[in-house]
Amino acid sequence: MTTTEIAAPRSPRTRGNGTNWEKWGWLYMRVSGVVLVVLIFGHLFVNLWQGTGVSAINFAFVAGKWADPFWQWWDVIMLWLALIHGGNGMRTIVNDYARGRTTRGILKIAILAAVAILIILGTLVVFTFDPCIGNPSSDALIQLCAAH
Amino acid sequence: MWLSTEASTIMGGLFVSVQTAGTPPKASKKKPRPAGTLYRGHEGMWSWVFHRITGVAIFFFLLVHVLDTALVRVSPEAYDAVIGTYQTPIMGIGEVGLVAAIVFHAFNGLRIILVDFWSKGTRYQKLMFWIVIALWVLTMLAFVPRHLTNVFSH
Ligand code: HEM
Ligand code: HEM
Repeated sequence: MTTTEIAAPRSPRTRGNGTNWEKWGWLYMRVSGVVLVVLIFGHLFVNLWQGTGVSAINFAFVAGKWADPFWQWWDVIMLWLALIHGGNGMRTIVNDYARGRTTRGILKIAILAAVAILIILGTLVVFTFDPCIGNPSSDALIQLCAAH
Repeated sequence: MWLSTEASTIMGGLFVSVQTAGTPPKASKKKPRPAGTLYRGHEGMWSWVFHRITGVAIFFFLLVHVLDTALVRVSPEAYDAVIGTYQTPIMGIGEVGLVAAIVFHAFNGLRIILVDFWSKGTRYQKLMFWIVIALWVLTMLAFVPRHLTNVFSH
């Protein structure tokens, strides 16, 4: 005897093994969103509002911030949360508009690749940062790098 | 016999109306107005449209931004040259647009979260949209003059 299985209305979409990935993605958007408000507003406050804002930013400014592990971790957490949040949001949009399996597949692989590469790059940049490459451009840097 | 049905469903906490069944009758001379359903043309729809556009814009900015920041590993000169372009008037105006997008997306994101998790969220979703707009205007009023002063006088 055979039966045709029709899923009950509103049953979760799982990929066989029972993990409801769409639900966790949905939750991630909300949890990361709340944290990102704090991280991004803090980032913009320090880099665009304090002092003379954007006109004060240069290599020495970044060296000053990343001398403190607090700002290193702030930036790395912001990097991971924002890229995964944005990438997952872009995935939703591709699912909404891209027609055809191949187009959708290519676009989603491109998003995944961009997110993965930039997360690795950005994390390496923060943790391997060297304030003493090139010619030290400010008094603070000259002092710091003389000790090396 | 021509029939039109409208189904209202709740998706992702927002009201979404789905128009089904056919085209409007030919006899009708009235232009169909977008605001014909609970959703279309109202606060819920615009908040979704803006949220989506700002989300995409911020994503593309971030792709470039991680790359320009990575120049600190190349040389101070390379980084200073690129960040110097952030300090020009044209980019300064672009940054106003970026901040406008991020501030809307952030406040409206919090609104979406309240619609989803707060028991009264759906009842106040329209009011909350206007609160988002008000907070957005206030933030921009504080930010824009200060930012443009920095950009144009340094
Ligand atoms: C015009 C506005 C902005 C300016 C002037 C700016 C400036 C900077 C600067 C100077 C850095 C170097 C490190 C630091 O200062 O913490 C940086 C890093 C970073 N910014 Fe921004 N930022 C802006 C907007 C944003 C926005 C809207 C986001 C989030 C969507 C963001 C995300 C990041 C991340 C993730 C890093 C770390 C990059 C890495 O790990 O290599 N920034 N930004
Ligand atoms: C500032 C804090 C942020 C908050 C509170 C926030 C909130 C949200 C929420 C709750 C959603 C889910 C909407 C839904 O499921 O219907 C969402 C979607 C999205 N977010 Fe964010 N977000 C923030 C930052 C960002 C950043 C930095 C990016 C880009 C890197 C981004 C890009 C997107 C995209 C592309 C979507 C998909 C939009 C859609 O499906 O229409 N968001 N955001």
